[in-house]
Amino acid sequence: MGGLFAVYRKELADHLGSRRFIILFVLILFAGLSSVYVAAQSIRDQVANSRNVFLLMFTTSSGPLPPFFTFISFLGPLVGLALAFDSINGERNRGTLSRLLAQPIYRDAVVNGKFLAALTTVAAMLTSIVVIVSALGIVELAVIPTSQELLRVIAFLIVCILYVGFWLALATTFSVLLRNTATAALAGIAAWIFLTFFVSMIADAIANAFVSANTLLDPNAILQVTQMRDMIARISPDTLFQEATVAILMPNIRTLGPILISQVVGLVPNPLPLSQSLLLIWPQVVGLLALMAICFAIAYVKFMTQEVRSL
Amino acid sequence: MAQATVTSKRSTVETQGHLAPREQSAASRERIIVETRDLVKRYEGVTAVDGLSFQLREGEIFGLLGPNGAGKTTTILMLMGLTEPTSGSVSVIGYDPVRQPLQVKRNVGYLPEHVAMYDDLSAQENLYYTADLNGLSKVEAKARVHYALERVGLAEVAHKKVGTFSHGMRQRLGIADVLVKKPRLIILDEPTIGLDPEAVNQLLDLILAMQKEEHLTVLLSSHQLQQVQRICSRVGIFVKGRMIAQGSIEQLAEQLAGGKRTLEVAAQPSGSELVAALQSIPGVISVELAGDHWRVGATEEVRPAIARTIAERGWSLYHLRQRDYGLEEIYLKYFQGA
Repeated sequence: MGGLFAVYRKELADHLGSRRFIILFVLILFAGLSSVYVAAQSIRDQVANSRNVFLLMFTTSSGPLPPFFTFISFLGPLVGLALAFDSINGERNRGTLSRLLAQPIYRDAVVNGKFLAALTTVAAMLTSIVVIVSALGIVELAVIPTSQELLRVIAFLIVCILYVGFWLALATTFSVLLRNTATAALAGIAAWIFLTFFVSMIADAIANAFVSANTLLDPNAILQVTQMRDMIARISPDTLFQEATVAILMPNIRTLGPILISQVVGLVPNPLPLSQSLLLIWPQVVGLLALMAICFAIAYVKFMTQEVRSL
Repeated sequence: MAQATVTSKRSTVETQGHLAPREQSAASRERIIVETRDLVKRYEGVTAVDGLSFQLREGEIFGLLGPNGAGKTTTILMLMGLTEPTSGSVSVIGYDPVRQPLQVKRNVGYLPEHVAMYDDLSAQENLYYTADLNGLSKVEAKARVHYALERVGLAEVAHKKVGTFSHGMRQRLGIADVLVKKPRLIILDEPTIGLDPEAVNQLLDLILAMQKEEHLTVLLSSHQLQQVQRICSRVGIFVKGRMIAQGSIEQLAEQLAGGKRTLEVAAQPSGSELVAALQSIPGVISVELAGDHWRVGATEEVRPAIARTIAERGWSLYHLRQRDYGLEEIYLKYFQGA
């Protein structure tokens, strides 16, 4: 395979044995455990009455503690950034990159192998955390998930991995473009702050610019402005992730944008089957995948065309 | 000759690349391992390598001499296929490094100037990684790694983390790294930088021994003249991207001397009679005072004649020495001339 597996194996071994991984793992595990435990306590009484109790664990918040999926939307980017911010420039600074490229491997095996190894690490981390957390929930609530619920949790996992995968790709791009590892880390954090916090503010501001006294009277105009605001907010992968997970973990959710009351009249509030939920969020999932692919493509092209002298 | 079996085995492989190695007549039995023709490399307006043409023969140790920034490392990068030449052609073991980089890298070991290993892995693990990247099977890798570590004398510290190694040990580990893949050509970029004299000698001896045992060809890039002089059979002097002289050290010395020899003579009595006597010897063209001795320029071997002349007159000869051009003088002369 031109060296891809060799690089992949070594990087995976490095990640799984590194202190960085253990710190992140413990951090997210504690966050997950605490949120699910508290959520389980608060829905204990509702167990008998509700459907999809198992999923409620991931989506209920109690007091100041956010629900599980919010923790992931918050900490996932940090995991992605932390694992990949020094993938290429770290090698370059240590001087090992020229040694790697002097071996009979394809040049792209380096960047591909590193990215795939980081992605595998993230997948392993998230899967084990979700499994541990689910086990805790099952023990606390004495509830066994139905097959639909299980499939939804698996879909949720996949969306999480895609989401963190975008941040991995972004961090890899920074590590290719920037020489200093600390600068790459800072650039990643800056991107995270911008995309997570500022994009929604900017979306609000832009949408507000289009609101006039007339708009408030016309329901169609309100609809348009709100939809525009949502579309701008979807630039941020955080928005895409939240929308996708909310629709997956809450089967009762039928729409992701504003709807008119006239559309809701006569609606029977049944939960959706998984296929319908997936149809609802398909654009978001594809958006996340596309963001990851574009970022990685930039990293790939830049890495392949960089002059070796700088290595 | 051991070389004969080596060449016959490899002859089937070397048909690719647009510069096929010329297999010369049985009498010379030399295969050209590396050949460049009018190689040029320009970076952002700077011409790092300017029309380089040279050949490297199998089994020799070639020294690439030149000051920092002369273009040695750029040339090496082009030989390895790590950078594309602006124009000109390169052939390494019959392959084009730009079109067939994997084949080149499979057979060429490269020790860069700042050798770097993964500090948090042990010496053995680093070498196993290299073996893995070279596609060696587990069994083969084990054998090669152990052999390489033994050969460079690092077998006892194989399990220690490289972060704890001294600079000399790292260089040796770098050589072991290069040996793991069983290369036919090894390229060493400034291998003795930062080593103490003892370590330098060990390294040079190691290179010599390996070259004999493994039938390697060695391309050594350095600006440490004494070391190059010690082990290189041929030398190329590199200045500002051009190879301004190449050949064995004797050839270069002769070229520079231009057939003229310089001798130092000290005798008593030392005065105009001595000068007259020296000038009368056929072949002597100049006699000048140089400190405490006379510098005599001659066009042929005149030492016996000088000794005889002085003895015949009953004078005392204290010092007679022919000054050979060493690499330092060659280098300085060419460097000043460029």
